Order: sequence, then C-alpha cells, then structure tokens
Amino acid sequence: MAIECLVLGAGQTVGKSCVVATVAGKRIMFDCGMHMGYSDARSFPDFSLIPHAGEGRFDSAISCVIITHFHLDHIGALPYFTEVCGYNGPIYMTYPTKALAPLMLEDYRKVKEQRGDEEKFSGDHIMNCLKKVITVDIKQTVQVAKDIQIRAYYAGHVLGAAMFYVKVGDATMVYTGDYNMTPDRHLGAAQICHLPLDLLITESTYATTIRDSKYAREREFLKVVHKCVSGGGKVLIPAFALGRAQELCILLDDYWERMNLNIPIYFSAGLTIQANMYYKTFIGWTSRRIKDTSAIKNAFDFKHVCPFKPSMINDPGPCVLFATPGMLTGGFSVEVFKQWAPSEKNLVTLPGYCLAGTLGHKLMSGKATTVDLDKDTRIEVRCQIHQLSFSPHTDAKGIMDLVGFLSPKHVILVHGEKPKMASLKGRIESELGIQCCYPANGETVLIPTAQLVKIHASKAFIRSHTNSNFHSLTADGVDLSHSGSTPISPTEGETVVEGILIMEKTKRAKAVHNNELLESLSVLENKVQFAYCCPVYICSLEQMPSNQLTCSTSSAGGKIEDPWLSLLFLKLKEKIDCTSAGLGSDHLTLGSFRVQPCLKESCCHRIGEPADPKEPTVYFCCSWSLEDEKLAWRVLSIMRDSLTISSGIELTC
Amino acid sequence: MKLTCLSRGQGFHCPPCHMIDLGGFCILLECPIDLSALTAFAPIMATTSEVGMGSDEEEEEGKEASLSVDGLINSVPWYKTVGSLGLWDVSLIDVVVISSPMGILGLPILTRNSNFSAKIYATEVTTKIGQLMMEDLVTMHEEALQFFGPGEEFKYPEWMTWNELEKYPQVIRTIVMGNVAEELGSWFPLYSKAEIDECIKKVQTAKYAEECCYNSSLIFKAFSSGLEIGGANWTIHCPGSSVTYLTSSIFKSATAMEFNYHDLQGNDFILFSDFSSFNDAGMSNSEKEPLDEPSSIADVPLIREDNNNDEDREGFAASVEMLEELEKINFISSCVVETAKGGGSVLIPIGRLGIILQLLEVISQALEALELKVPMYIISSAAEEMLALANVFPEWVSSERQQKLYSGTSLFGHAELTKESKLQFFPVIHSPDFMQAWQEPCIVFSPHWSLRLGPAVHLLRRWHADENCLLILESGVDADVALSPFMPIAMKVLRCSFLSGLPIRKVHPLLEFLKSKHILFPEDLRPHVPLREGASFLYYSENRTMAAPNPSDGVEADLSIDLARQLRPRRMLQETMAISRLKGKLQLSYGRHLLAPTKAPSDLPAKRLLWGPVDRSLLLHSLAEKGIIESSVEQDDGGRCRIFVQDGDRRAVVELGAAPAVIAAADERLAALLHEALCSASDGI
Repeated sequence: MAIECLVLGAGQTVGKSCVVATVAGKRIMFDCGMHMGYSDARSFPDFSLIPHAGEGRFDSAISCVIITHFHLDHIGALPYFTEVCGYNGPIYMTYPTKALAPLMLEDYRKVKEQRGDEEKFSGDHIMNCLKKVITVDIKQTVQVAKDIQIRAYYAGHVLGAAMFYVKVGDATMVYTGDYNMTPDRHLGAAQICHLPLDLLITESTYATTIRDSKYAREREFLKVVHKCVSGGGKVLIPAFALGRAQELCILLDDYWERMNLNIPIYFSAGLTIQANMYYKTFIGWTSRRIKDTSAIKNAFDFKHVCPFKPSMINDPGPCVLFATPGMLTGGFSVEVFKQWAPSEKNLVTLPGYCLAGTLGHKLMSGKATTVDLDKDTRIEVRCQIHQLSFSPHTDAKGIMDLVGFLSPKHVILVHGEKPKMASLKGRIESELGIQCCYPANGETVLIPTAQLVKIHASKAFIRSHTNSNFHSLTADGVDLSHSGSTPISPTEGETVVEGILIMEKTKRAKAVHNNELLESLSVLENKVQFAYCCPVYICSLEQMPSNQLTCSTSSAGGKIEDPWLSLLFLKLKEKIDCTSAGLGSDHLTLGSFRVQPCLKESCCHRIGEPADPKEPTVYFCCSWSLEDEKLAWRVLSIMRDSLTISSGIELTC
Repeated sequence: MKLTCLSRGQGFHCPPCHMIDLGGFCILLECPIDLSALTAFAPIMATTSEVGMGSDEEEEEGKEASLSVDGLINSVPWYKTVGSLGLWDVSLIDVVVISSPMGILGLPILTRNSNFSAKIYATEVTTKIGQLMMEDLVTMHEEALQFFGPGEEFKYPEWMTWNELEKYPQVIRTIVMGNVAEELGSWFPLYSKAEIDECIKKVQTAKYAEECCYNSSLIFKAFSSGLEIGGANWTIHCPGSSVTYLTSSIFKSATAMEFNYHDLQGNDFILFSDFSSFNDAGMSNSEKEPLDEPSSIADVPLIREDNNNDEDREGFAASVEMLEELEKINFISSCVVETAKGGGSVLIPIGRLGIILQLLEVISQALEALELKVPMYIISSAAEEMLALANVFPEWVSSERQQKLYSGTSLFGHAELTKESKLQFFPVIHSPDFMQAWQEPCIVFSPHWSLRLGPAVHLLRRWHADENCLLILESGVDADVALSPFMPIAMKVLRCSFLSGLPIRKVHPLLEFLKSKHILFPEDLRPHVPLREGASFLYYSENRTMAAPNPSDGVEADLSIDLARQLRPRRMLQETMAISRLKGKLQLSYGRHLLAPTKAPSDLPAKRLLWGPVDRSLLLHSLAEKGIIESSVEQDDGGRCRIFVQDGDRRAVVELGAAPAVIAAADERLAALLHEALCSASDGI
C-alpha cells in the first residue's frame, strides 16, 4: 500500500491550498482554497486532475473533504466545488470554521460583485454548501467510513484552525493546514499527540524565517499607534474580518484601558461586530489565558470599540480604524486609504502577509510616493506606513520542531515559496533524516506506508512476555537504598513475547503460546523417546555386603531396593549432580532420564553385540526424551566407562 | 469483565453508581451524592435578614416552623454518598468515569482520601458545571455552618447515635439508615472549596468523542447522552473486549446535544444503567397521593405510554418526548405567568440547567406577550457562571441551538434578558444590591430543590402562607417530607417530573439497534423489557458482583512487515496450513498490540514438538539420504512396527505406531540422525 498524494494547489506557492491523498482507492481532499491573486481559472484548483472524477463524478471519487480553517485560500473554492462541480459527499470542519466561513465567503463575494467581476458562486451557493458541512470538535475521532478515521488537532493560526490526522486502513497522515507553534494574544499554540505517521503534509510559509519574541513588535506597534493618535492622526489597519483584527483589538483595548485613552477604535462594518459575537461564543477555542478569565469577563467584550459608518471617513479628530479587506485588495479599506493616505499625520499599519500584486504589497515593498489604483486614480502616499510582521504562521523553528516531534516517515511541504522550501527540505533531510519533497501544483507523489499484518493473538501468547529489565532489576537491584540516584525504570526494557504463528489459507493468522499449539491444531503430541538397554560389566561386586547396598536413599525420600541400581547411583553421584534425582524401588530418574535394571533376555532396546557371557553383566534399560539428550549420553558414557565397579568404594548412607 | 452495581441511584439528581473490572482495571462509574436525603434535616431557622424584607408574620412563622420541624434532624447537615463504595479500597480504583455533573458531586469525598490515585475522566462541560454545583453546595452549606457553629464537623454527630435515631419518625429513619441500617455508613460531612479544587485538578477533561487512553490499554470515549449539556455515554475499549456504558439518555433534547446512539453500536457489552423508568414507576405511588394543594393546578401528566407515535427514520428516536417536554415547560410557564398576573410571586427551586434555560426563555416571552413587567431573579452563587457556560459550549448543545449560532444569535436567550435587565443575578440573598432591586411580585429561580439549603428556604418561609404565590417543585424528593417544615402551606405547589431517561418502550428497540453480544441489565427492570433473540441478557442487582463471560480468548494484534519477513514458516503435511515460530517485541499503544522485530538474543534452537502420524516412506527416504539403511522391519498385531536400521556397523531400532515413538540406539550421533529423520517425516515444530 502507498499514499498517492496529488497537490492541486499551494504546491511551491501560497494560495488555493488543496491536496488530494489517495490510499487504496479512498480519496481525501484536504482544503479547497482559492488564489486571491488571480481572477481567472487559475484562482481555483484544477479539479479535473482528480483521478476517476470525469464529468462531475466527484462523489464516487472523493470520500470526504476536510477544511482546516476559514481563510479563503483554504476554503474559497468549496462552494464552487460543491454547488457548481456537484460534490455532495461529506465535508468536515470545526465548529468555528463552519460559523465563520460564510462571513469570509460572503465578504469576498461582495467585493467581487462590487468590482463587477464574474461570480464563481452565489450567496445561495455559500448557504447550501455550508449546510452539507459536518462539524467536529478538537480531538474528536470521527469514523468517516469503515476504514477512514479522522481527528482534528488544535492548530492556533486563526479561531477554529485545525490540523487533521487521517487514518485510512493502516496508512496514517497529518495535514497541518496553517498553524502557529507559539501562542498569540488570543489563540493558543498548536497541539498534537505523538502519532506514528507515514506522511506529514505541512505548510512552509516561513520556511527560512526565525522570528524573535513578539513582545517587542507588540510594543512597537502600540508606540507607533499611540504617537499617531496623540498627534491627531488617523490610523488605518486594513485587516480581514477575523483573526488579526481581534488579536490587535485585544491588544489596543487593553492598552487604551491602561493608558486611559478615549480615542475611538472603530470596526469598519457590522460584519466584524458579528464576528466578535462568534469569538465570544467560541471562547473555548481561544488561548488558555483568555478561556480562564472568561468567567469573570469575556475578553471579546471590547470596551472601546464601536462600529464605523462610511460617513465618518472625513470626520475630524484622531481615531483607529480596522477596515476590511486586508492587504488593501479593494473594497472599503482602499476607500479609506484613498482619503487618508495623502496626510502625513496619518498612519497605515499593515499587519502580516501581503500577497504579491496587492496594494498592500506595493506599500510594503518600498517607499512608494504615488500609487496607481487603476488607470484613472493616482494617489499620493504621504502617510506613514508601518509594517507589523505579526503572522499567525509558524516560523522555520516551529516547522522543524513539529516535524521532529511527529517524526513521520515522509514530509511534503506545501504553502510556501519554492526557494525557501528547497532550503527547508535540505534541513529536514539532513538534520532529522526524514525524506522530504515539495511537489508543484498538479504533481503526484507516491509515499510508501508502513505495513502491518493483522493477526489474532491468544491471551496466553500476549502474557508470555519476558521483560529483560525486570530480570536485571531482581539480579542487581538489591542495595538500591544506598544509591538513591540510580533511576529505576522497569518499563524501559523491551517486552519480548514468544510463541507460534499459525497461518491458514483464508483465515487470519493466529499467534499462540507454545503450550497452546497442539490444542489449537486439535492434534495429539507425538512424543519421541530414546531408549537403550545398556550392559554394565561387573567385577568383585560380590564381595560387598548386600545389606549395605540396600540402604541408598535420596533426599527426596525414595529408596532403592535393587542393589545394582543402588551401586550405580553411588557411582553417578561422584560424577554428576544428582540432587534432583528421583529414586524408586526399582528405578532411578534424572529429569526425563530413567534407568532400571533389565532382566529380560530379549529386551528390544538391547542394541549391538550380545555381551560376553563370561563376564558378569547387568543390563540397565534406559529411556529419555529429547530435552535430556545431553544428560542421557553423559550418564551412559559413565555407565560404559566404568565397566567394572571396584570393590574399593566406600559406601556411605 | 465483572460488574458490581453499588447503587441504582435516586433519579436524575443521583445517578446510579457501578464498579466494573475490565481487563484487570478497576473502574468506578459515577460518584454521586443523594441530595434528596437532605430532607431529613431541618432547614435553618429564619434569620434576622428576613425582617429587613418586611415580613409581618415573622414571629408566628418562626413558631410554626419549629413545631413542624420537630421531626427533622436539627443539626449541621451531613451528606449521603453511595454507601457500599466505602467497602472498596480507594487505592485500588484505577479510573473514575463521570457522565453528568450530578455524577461528580461526591467525588471530592473520594479524592480527599490520600490513597486515591485514580484517573478521572469527564467531559469539559460536565467538569465545569459539576464544579460550580459543588461550590454552590458549599456556599449554601456555609449558611448552615454559621447557624449551628462549626464545632462537630469531624466527629460523628449526635443524631447518628442509636438512641437519637429512635426518636425520629419512620420516614426520616429510613432516609438516614435505609431499611436495615445498612446506609448508616454512607454519611459524610461536606467537603471544602479547597477539596473541590483538588478534585477538579485531578479530572482529565475529554472532548466530544476524544480517545482518552489509560495506561496504553484502555480507551475511553464520550458521546452525548442528551440528558444535560455535557452529559455523556461512554464506550470503553480494552484489548479483547469493549463496553458501552449507557447512562440515562434522552433521544432529543431541547437544550443538550442529541443522544448519539450510532457510535455506541457493536461493542461486546452494554452496561444499561438507565433507571429512570424504574424511578418513575417507584416514585409515582407517593406522587399520586394528594397533597395539601388548594389550587386546581393538576400534576403535569407523567410520560404517557402511547405506542402509536410517529416514529422517525431510525424507527425509535422520536420527537414525541421532546414535544411532551415542551408542553410541560409551556404549562409551567403559563402557571407562572398566571400567578404573576394575579400579583403572586413564584419560586422555582429547580436544579436542572436545561430546564432553567428553557423556562427563562419561555417565561420571558410569555411575560413580554402580556406586557407584564415582573422581574426575574436568579439567586445563586453559581448560576451566572453556569448560564454563561451554556453559551460558550456550542459543541454540546442541540442541533437547533447550533443552528441559531450559525445564523448569528447566541445559543440561549438569557444573555439578552440580562442585558435588558429583565433578568438579574444575585449571588446571595443577604446583599444590599439585592435588597435594592427586590420587588414583589417576582419570579425567583433559586436553589436548592431539596428545600433545605440556599435562598429557597428563606423565600419559602416568606411566601408559604400566601395563597397567591406559587412553588414549582421537582419530583425526586418526597414532597411530604420536603414541605413538612413549612406547614401549613397556603401557596400553590406545582409538582412536575421531567423526562430524565429513555422511555421504557424504546429500550428494547435501542438495545436491538446497538447489537451487543451481552447486555448487562438491571434486575429491577427485567419485567419491562422482553428478551432479545441472539443476545444474552445478564441481570444485575445492587451490591452483587456479577462476572460476565469473556467475549473471546485473545486479541487482535498487528504484526509489522519487518517481523513477518523474518518468519520461517514451515508447511504442514496437509498443505493448507503453515506454522512458524514467532518471537518479537510487544508494544501496546492505544489499546492495540504491535509485534515488531526484537534485538533480544534468540535462544538455543527450541525443542522440537511433533504431532500427527509419521510418514514411513518419508522416513526411509530421509534415512537413506543420511546413508542409513533399513535392514529389516518387524510388525506386530497392535500396529506396532519396529524398523531395524544400520549405519555401517552401528545399529539402531525405530519403533513406530504407538506413542511414544522410540529410538533405540547405542550411539549418540546415530540417535540424533534418526531423530532428525523422524522429524522430517512428521508434522512438528
């Protein structure tokens, strides 16, 4: 088995994230985003590349769609995919994502509408699409189908963002979406468990950047804003409705409170106010700090924030305004920018990443003095531009930490810039020794998976384990009381089990304990015995007083009555350890080795030439089984070696 | 698996409690307190603060109260936990599973024991609400402590002595000691706030359907039960068997997330622990007795047993119960509004969050419709936080409520009511703020439903003689006993029972749907549920340990491909089977065994085990290959056969046909060769 990973979007670029992973015919689509930089066909992933999905047969081709968070480059193409392309299968996302996604999509659609661009989907499409969504909670394990299991993990980044763990059969993978490894003002850091993984698909926006502490940047931001408003200027913060706006708002609201400022902070539209309501409801998805204080005061009940009306653009006096959309891609934020940019008192703060081609990117890339909005409008930019490198994405250290922590067998990088991805790939391969690749859009990568054979194991087999460390503990762990520093870790050693695997055609293989084998095969053991009737020549034995010979006893309390046997026993005692010997009236046993004088002339175990009748011979019939083979031959050689039993033996009882 | 039912509980507020032994782990299910036993204690006396509220009859009231209070225990209340839990060694409990806030109330009594070391699993909401309920209980209890003085807290109180108990009426004695004094040991003094915090710290909160893994081998998962926001049924998987712990569940609730029975399907065992229908049946006798109730307001009808309901697509989940519940809520609301219209005040000491949330919405709407300006108060130290909690756990509310969220309004309407000052919260009754805001008539939600603790006691004292006023009383307490200290009662009393579990007629189809091999079912409910074919019902009763059969010998395990490649399978003579020795490293994680290659030194070649008949031609063939020739064969009547063989001048005999086969040889090497040949001619390993 292998994972077939088709990158439909965000391969070697940022935008329109979409990855389709196929395992044994089961196809899972991670994210369904759009590219904000294009308005033609390139803005959506090329769904026609999905195998077996000709002419809208997406339902049969795709088992489920998983959306990691509400950003348009991760969800933007979903209404198009479901309502226009006709995918009707399950779609999974977290509760906040489902609640907030329509706001994002609707906002985008309106901007398009205002611009007069061609609409890819309508408002109804968005509504119908979201009706099909199945919501999941963090760590909730969802059985999508018989052998598909998915689970969401907290990803930070934005409210409701999740990484998804997917298990198809035995193949396991994690798709991170966008994530943040350090907590910010309102969200916690990404959290995931140790999971055995075949594949990790991770974003790599900041593949080479290492960021310093956020506090310095937060301080700087507050200082700049404060300076501007105390000079009577207006501050424009173009931001998307959700996420950054709330984070900065918490920051400003808190600062305003501390500094006792009463300059208004505005949110541009009703939209963001409604978003705040969602943040209040989903306070359980924010950082621990905010969650814990929510009982006393909900952190998203902003004191200084009020809604902004378009008529207030040219009102006198300082203010702070959060306006959508971010990156100054158009809409209201650009309207405001047009009015405010020519005054040097004012400030434009650009939080976070700006896509190439947007006005925000132009402002960030240099000291532009004039900006051409379209062929008719040219704006002089005299205001200050402040760039705030707040980003809810993890940096290179965070990516390396996550990859190292999960230690998957393979890593695929998406959602980044090609040269940076190449350098990160190098680090992952050299520092962590994990195979890594970064396919381009439309490329398919084959990832082999760890294979497991399902067997049935009996309880006795499972319990047959021996733990090597337990033995060493009992062996030398006596004076632990003196050496307090010696760590005891009884589970460190590996647990080794031993048994027999029974493989039968058409049945699941079965592991059993050695002792259970015959029973489970319902057969009887075929024991093999070895036997030999051994002649022992005797001389001068008759001189022995017979009463002395009869009193050999063993520690086990048995008593030998036969004099010959008794004599043999004494003989054996000299050469080998006989403490465990069992004595009977006419036989002697050592383990499975059993010896008894044989009087039958035609004993069937008498092999070889008949004994010389001139010499006095006593036959001892011996039998033993395989496990005592060595002992048996040793005893026999003793018996044969001392063909003569000398009379000089001291007999002790 | 072994099951001991420790208590079948006392309805909604005191869920059943069990101890199970699964895969060698000892798991306690729930740790409730029976708060209905509080009715054995006298409510604290009227305090001076009530004078401030301008009660004219304060004097007489006090006298009357003390007269009827005679039969009750006049002391700092103690609390009744599950008695037989005391017989277990606390240190041997491995896991505690909590399914509803009511199930956590007794937990600090367990966790304050220094030997307690178990892991506690509960959903996040249950933990939070449970904590608030416990803290509220402690706050209310403090009032009693102030009244009686703290002196006797940790020694056995006087009322528990035999002589004292004799003096109390039979009904009180039964509450205190049970029928044969077996419950005398279940009384404990209440925990402190610090002990609650300690307890909550030990709880491992679970998200919806999160796989919580204990000791790499047990996996606990919570699914919504619909009983209350955050209420859960659990599935427990251990290698080799799985259990569905089915608590009181409600198919469709107006507030909490629907009962998710789909994910409970297919486990080996179902522990059916919903005694609600039994409690209803048991309770109804006392319920139906006429009470001092001057008004014409009748009991809200108990759940009807109608079978011709419109079943939904699953065949048994239905909205009938929910409609009935809504009817009840509407009925209560209409009574409340009617009373308010008539200038009377209403006291609602109901302790169920879901009901409170609904009543708040429905009553406020009704008031608005009639343009009545009657204030609503909630007097409780925990209520504000608890109601706020209900609005921030969209993951645990019903899908209708979730829909509200997606359309941009808050889950429950109380936040708006508070904003508009139609609803006011007061943590305590003796506060200047409250005095200032107070106006009658009013509608007051206030604990405690036992009518022994909390602001409800003071308000009841104030209103009990006013026939215009209304008290909404939840079933679950013996109304006679509960109201006895407030006699005579002139105020109207509306008693209502709410749905708190599966209706009995749906138990059978549900069990059928869940497809378990063994159903552990309460003996008490045996007559009500017919046997299901194909499943074995095992009936349990209180305080009796029952062993359920192990579903299978053995577990499913994974064999890594690397280890599989190391195997040297040996085909058996009948060709369809092969066997191989297997030695590997055993790893257990998330309840699954994995066999991986081991670096442990392999032992000496294991001894050979043979079975089945010896193929003679194969034997001779093998001997010939080794240069050993057959010299002669003797066969006797018993099927025994002796083969004489020769290797040069060394001779040997192989005896076959009867067990055991014998190799007789004088020479070690020859014997070994013969053995080898015998092995190759027979099945073995």
